[in-house]
Amino acid sequence: MAMHPKKFGVWLFMVSVVMIFGALTSAYMVRQAEGNWLDFELPTMFWVTTGIILLSSATMHWAYLSVKKNNIETARVAISITAVLGVAFLVGQWMGWTQLVAAGIHLVGRDASAVSGSFLYVISGLHGLHVVSGVIFVLVVLVAIFRFKIHSKNLAQMEMCATYWHFLDGLWLYLFVFLLLYR
Amino acid sequence: MATTDIHIQHDVHHHDDHSHDEHHEGNFWTTYIFSQDHKTIAKQFLITGIFWALVGGTLSVIFRLQLGFPDMNLEWLKPILGGWITPEGKLDPEFYLALVTMHGTIMVFFVLTAGLSGTFSNFLIPLQVGARDMASGFLNMLSYWFFFLSSMVMLVSFFLETGPAAGGWTVYPPLSALPQAIKGSGMGMTLWLVSMALFIVSSLLGSINYITTVINMRTHGMSFTRLPLTIWAFFFTAIIGVLSFPVLFSAALLLIFDRSFGTSFYLSDIFIGGEALPHTGGSPILFQHLFWFLGHPEVYIVLLPALGISSEIIATNSRKPIFGYKAMIGSMLFIAILSFIVWAHHMFVTGMNPFLGSIFMLLTLIIAVPSAVKIFNYVTTLWKGNIRFTPGMLFSIGLVSFFLTGGITGIFLGNSAIDIQLHDTYFVVAHFHLVMGSASFFGMLAGIYHWFPKMFGRMMNAKLGYLHFWCTFIGVYLVFFPMHYIGIAGFPRRYYSWTNFETFSGFADLNMLVSIAAIVTLSAQFIFLFNFFYSMFRGRLAPANPWNATTLEWTTPRNPQHGNWPGEIPSVYRWPYDYSKPGAKDDFIPQTIPYSETPESNLPHENELIKLETSNGHGAIIVEGKH
Ligand code: HEM
Ligand SMILES: [Cu+2]
Repeated sequence: MAMHPKKFGVWLFMVSVVMIFGALTSAYMVRQAEGNWLDFELPTMFWVTTGIILLSSATMHWAYLSVKKNNIETARVAISITAVLGVAFLVGQWMGWTQLVAAGIHLVGRDASAVSGSFLYVISGLHGLHVVSGVIFVLVVLVAIFRFKIHSKNLAQMEMCATYWHFLDGLWLYLFVFLLLYR
Repeated sequence: MATTDIHIQHDVHHHDDHSHDEHHEGNFWTTYIFSQDHKTIAKQFLITGIFWALVGGTLSVIFRLQLGFPDMNLEWLKPILGGWITPEGKLDPEFYLALVTMHGTIMVFFVLTAGLSGTFSNFLIPLQVGARDMASGFLNMLSYWFFFLSSMVMLVSFFLETGPAAGGWTVYPPLSALPQAIKGSGMGMTLWLVSMALFIVSSLLGSINYITTVINMRTHGMSFTRLPLTIWAFFFTAIIGVLSFPVLFSAALLLIFDRSFGTSFYLSDIFIGGEALPHTGGSPILFQHLFWFLGHPEVYIVLLPALGISSEIIATNSRKPIFGYKAMIGSMLFIAILSFIVWAHHMFVTGMNPFLGSIFMLLTLIIAVPSAVKIFNYVTTLWKGNIRFTPGMLFSIGLVSFFLTGGITGIFLGNSAIDIQLHDTYFVVAHFHLVMGSASFFGMLAGIYHWFPKMFGRMMNAKLGYLHFWCTFIGVYLVFFPMHYIGIAGFPRRYYSWTNFETFSGFADLNMLVSIAAIVTLSAQFIFLFNFFYSMFRGRLAPANPWNATTLEWTTPRNPQHGNWPGEIPSVYRWPYDYSKPGAKDDFIPQTIPYSETPESNLPHENELIKLETSNGHGAIIVEGKH
């Protein structure tokens, strides 16, 4: 059962993040069950960002494997792509929001059913904030790789970063599917 | 009896050990202020907790003055409260609500969560599981400083023109969401939310550290079944915290959006001064669901550490093994699980579907079972024990008493039909102050008396401890017992004034009694304060193991330095409750004594374990895994 304490800490942190989003999505369902709910289409951009974040998970894994095999050159490329994709995801989410606004769905609405839009913004926004923290973590690891601080003998930080990144990916998939199913 | 993998922590700890060495000669700032040592952080939590307990207690005495002596002229409080005393010498009604709110918030979160878990989880986990420090000293330090920041923000809110938050510690919207509703819902409420957000961060950092340390950093031989019950209790508490505080965060986040960005998660159809507010479509009940999903587990976050502390103290001072060690763990686990599925018992009168209400009623009443198991085990541990009435022991027994008297009223409240009468009356106030407030508070005091020698290397004065105990014990019952009667009569909580109601004016003397008792009880705490600070510098020097206890912390030097043990961390060979073992030389056998050294008292299966003790270099039992 014992493992690297810091890695274990990352797992516990992810548990608490799951609880935050678990709470928000259950609140969403409770409110929706009360009726008076605005049906919405998810912006097309969200499909694109879903693709982007999935891809970034793949490049993250690529970076991880390269580091493990001490292919530092490849790892540099892979981790850089991951960082770029992370930023691209955030930009894409922003564009998704502008699509929502164009479709007349705002954070604040004058109508009793507008709260569905509020939920949409808060949930995706809070996930975005977590991705910001993930990108920062990726950048830290990126710098460490470029400085040869991370290699096959010193993987802990890389592993924690990869775990967190895949988690953020999985979390978005959950939220995306949830929002698709419970519009 | 195989334990989990024991080698790993060596590998893991390699780096940390290096940094330990570098840290040794820290300056004043790194030693006392930005310390990463778990013992110092524990003391920081303790001192901050004591500060808040004084503030919280003083607030309660001020509003008790209003309740007990409604006609009293409070002009003399003007120097402290300024504008909150009206020109007629009365307490401002809105400030009364702020006082109640701040009292609850401070006591529940700052004193009994941060002050209790922060102090004892930090202090005892590394010492009792045999670790040099917490898994991450840095995050641990952050945990304290987030708490400190959170405290500062809350403190600042007292000095606002509009006063601190005033919507109750449960901050139900719409009252808390609309700045127009009440003065306290303005800036005070904003600061409340900021402070709580910081508090949640602090609590999560702490909990993550506690869980990680317990799971990964136990010394050789310290299997889960050899952990003292204190550690089990802190462990469950931390797990509950990790699962429930994020939900409070979500609840608060949506409230922040409603307050500051104009959304309507919790707000709908509200008219103020005849004008309809733009908010529409929200549900205030949603907030209650989210809040109590944290709120009910939170009461166990407050209580479980106190129960763990008293288990340890009662076993030690009864000179008997704790009765039902596994049952104690099992009941705590069961309580922890149940605590997540009973939240709606706080919401029976919100118009909830009666069928749903009866499900929550059933689940709620089941909590009585593990609670009763625990009380039974405390009593059977005491039964025919060779009891030593140390101050810590008295406070632990007091805890058992409060847990019982307060828990019984929970069964009344848990009935959804009876709760219609009792909800939001002083009966609820009596219930939770006994079972949560007083019980946990006594657990905290018991812990301080018991571990003071380890914290400060000196003994507290026992005579003053007895005086403190009896004043507080009798005082608490005088304060909260009468509230049951007042509550059954329907007297509502959080009312500034009740003298206008014919039905309630008959309770004037009872209320006066309660208020006088509250003042006396608060004053008695100064005996403790004196004892605490005086003993810190002038107390009798503590022997290495003042209570003849078995656990690991008493094998450290009188004033353990950073790293806790000067040499190797001791290995553990037995459970922590070998008190008065038949045949043994002394009436206690420390966890560090191998069975091979105690042939006179070993049970047959323990003799079997001797082979394993010597079969590997460390003398620890079998190691699983491929390392
Ligand atoms: C047998 C076990 C228990 C049962 C059945 C029980 C039941 C209840 C019920 C039904 C209420 C809601 C009453 C109302 O608002 O109308 C309540 C309130 C409360 N209980 Fe318990 N309880 C139990 C044990 C505990 C314990 C162990 C604690 C704390 C350690 C606790 C702390 C509280 C608090 C803080 C409140 C009031 C919160 C508020 O409204 O401000 N209870 N309890
Ligand atoms: Cu409850």
